[in-house]
Amino acid sequence: MNNINLLLVGVGGQGTILASKVLAEVAMQSGLDVKMSEIHGMAQRGGSVVTHVKIGSKVFSPLVEKGEADIIMAFEQLEALRWLDYLKPEGEVLVSRQIIEPVPVILGKAKYPDNIVAEVKKVVSRVIAVDAVDIAGDCGNPKASNVVMIGMLAQKLDFSREVWIEALRKLVPPALLQINEAAFEKGCAC
Amino acid sequence: MKALLSGNEAIARGAYEAGIKTAVGYPGTPSTEILENITQYPGIYAQWSPNEKVAFEVGCGASISGARTLVTMKHVGVNVAADPLITFSYTGVNGGFVLVSADDPGMHSSQNEQDNRRYAEFAKIPAIEPSDSQEAKDFVKAALEISETFDTPVMLRITTRIAHSQSMVELGEPQSSELKAYVKNPVKYVMIPAYGRIRRAAVEERMQKLTKWARETSLNTIELKSRQYGIITSGICYQYVKEALPEASILKLGLTYPLSEELIKGFAQQVEQLFVVEELEPFFGEALESMGIKVAKKGLFAKIGELTVSLIKEKISAELGLDLPAQSKVETAGLPVAPARPPVLCPGCPHRAVFYTLKKLKLTVTGDIGCYTLGVLPPLEAIDTTICMGASIGTALGMEKSNPALVGKVVAVIGDSTFFHSGITGLVDMVYNKGRGTVMILDNSTTAMTGHQHHPATGKTLREETANVVKLAELARAVGVKRVVELDPFDLALIEKVIKEETAAPETSVIIAKRRCALLEKGTGKPVGIDRDKCINCKQCMALGCPAIALRDGRVTINTDICTGCNLCVQVCKFSAILKAGEGHE
Ligand code: SF4
Ligand code: SF4
Repeated sequence: MNNINLLLVGVGGQGTILASKVLAEVAMQSGLDVKMSEIHGMAQRGGSVVTHVKIGSKVFSPLVEKGEADIIMAFEQLEALRWLDYLKPEGEVLVSRQIIEPVPVILGKAKYPDNIVAEVKKVVSRVIAVDAVDIAGDCGNPKASNVVMIGMLAQKLDFSREVWIEALRKLVPPALLQINEAAFEKGCAC
Repeated sequence: MKALLSGNEAIARGAYEAGIKTAVGYPGTPSTEILENITQYPGIYAQWSPNEKVAFEVGCGASISGARTLVTMKHVGVNVAADPLITFSYTGVNGGFVLVSADDPGMHSSQNEQDNRRYAEFAKIPAIEPSDSQEAKDFVKAALEISETFDTPVMLRITTRIAHSQSMVELGEPQSSELKAYVKNPVKYVMIPAYGRIRRAAVEERMQKLTKWARETSLNTIELKSRQYGIITSGICYQYVKEALPEASILKLGLTYPLSEELIKGFAQQVEQLFVVEELEPFFGEALESMGIKVAKKGLFAKIGELTVSLIKEKISAELGLDLPAQSKVETAGLPVAPARPPVLCPGCPHRAVFYTLKKLKLTVTGDIGCYTLGVLPPLEAIDTTICMGASIGTALGMEKSNPALVGKVVAVIGDSTFFHSGITGLVDMVYNKGRGTVMILDNSTTAMTGHQHHPATGKTLREETANVVKLAELARAVGVKRVVELDPFDLALIEKVIKEETAAPETSVIIAKRRCALLEKGTGKPVGIDRDKCINCKQCMALGCPAIALRDGRVTINTDICTGCNLCVQVCKFSAILKAGEGHE
């Protein structure tokens, strides 16, 4: 198979790392090579965070570079815009409509761009935007929005549904499993 | 069985499989998770030390007593541990000794980007560099074998992209290692000049043997493909090269110090053009030059920052005269620019009020290393200097002693973990030399920046067992500070009063601002609210730089999802427009 490159982007504390772990587990259980890369430390204090995931029969560099991502999965709108350079021209963007204003915007020193989803759609033909936080809220916990996003991603990738559920069971705390499975199903339907 | 492990998790696993008995370190990105992960394995004594020098020395003791030993730190930690490192190179080991140096090219989470391969050369010890997690695990064992065979500490050098990238690892069975017998041997372990001279010669002899061995070790591998060009590389750059130039012949150096001239010459002879691909310092490049081996182009890559696949592809193709199609990507030129998202102090961070007040009082603030470095960014903008762990106190003393205008105006700000790391000696200096500066210890009961590790005042060990508590206030008094004040950093008026008093006092003062890190208290507080009738939108509360206070349609609003209810903004507001939880706001 051709390698698949993904970028999971968001804001520190949004659960991007869990999402990428689930994805990597799925790829591994499906018998593929996978590499994943993330940055810890300073960036996690509310900064912009990115996780690279590369899947294929053989992966060398763990990093996705500009113009190489097949899919950008953004947990926040501004972050989708920020990382768009990394997308292949024929690539796809999955974005949660959540907005988290960065400090320069909070302080009135910079402006949060209007209509990011519409702007992105001008240059990317395949964009799916969802209210992942609301959907997760309906399932019982808005924090499960990352699992809604995982569900959306599952629709785009060619792995069996059982493997996804298995990976969720393995990586999500049992107390939250029910909410997360519901969130996953809802995500699949987006 | 296979598992997906980060480089750091793999090193921990490698330590377990290779029979490491003692593991020591001080937290520092990107090295921290090694020791955190070691705690899941039985049979290893593991601990945090207050700093890297002590960690290294605990490691020396462990090795000399006969245990296989792992010591972990970030690149700048090796500066702190350099003193024992360079002499331990002379004494050599008993149980195998591995020093993990986690370098940070690109300075993702560090104050500099030094290349610690230089330390291996300087200390005259071998360095090995894995290129993925599998090797990270396997190289722990290799390092121990080198250490015990050649009687030397060994550096296992990783970089951020190895430490924090996950790849597949074949797990092995733990191999039991016996504690070696401890035999008293002063000529080997007591470095008085007479014995030191003997060991000095042993070091040179050892390096000669290692250089010979570098010719044959399977840590170095050659992949012969294109005869047109060959690349010498190591670590993560090997992966980049494999992806960028699949046809290249490659000499992959797993042992990056010492280098074998014979091996490199042999490789060079098999290809028409030779390139070196390395991040940061031209370490191989210079070695090749001194061996008289010609490379196609010197200084092909900048010494600054990280390399990338595309950069390697572009530069080397250009040298080879190959035409590459430009990387196509989405046309983003016409899109709005994304405003930056810098890291910030968390909502409810106990450091916030301190910086707010220091700025208000227009004091000169010498800072230190930790989350509170973020106090330099707008709107707090309270910090004047940050150099290295513990530097705040010495810097403050130097300022007031040298510039009369600064006497009584300098405040050193240092975290609790950082104070134990290397603030204590600075404080002793301040007392001894009659400094009249003020030292603020921001005691949030954890090492927050690196992900909340314990330290000597938290009452817990690395393994979460109960520990003895070293008390900050008692320590300060014991070294002779008479003015020691403990306060709650959520009490804004008190902070201001105390800082004014202590900076005015004609002697050294220590203020301990004690509150647990907001992330440790997550979910315990109730958010505040705004009384719309009273708020005149003066925006004074926004000077706190709390991410929970934002402008919505031009009006100040509280983001109740993330507000922790620390009540600082309630105290800042002169119009009583911000109300505590339960005081009748919407
Ligand atoms: S992690 Fe703790 S110490 Fe660090 S910024 Fe957040 S609240 Fe402050
Ligand atoms: S009480 Fe005010 S300063 Fe404290 S977290 Fe909430 S909004 Fe921020």
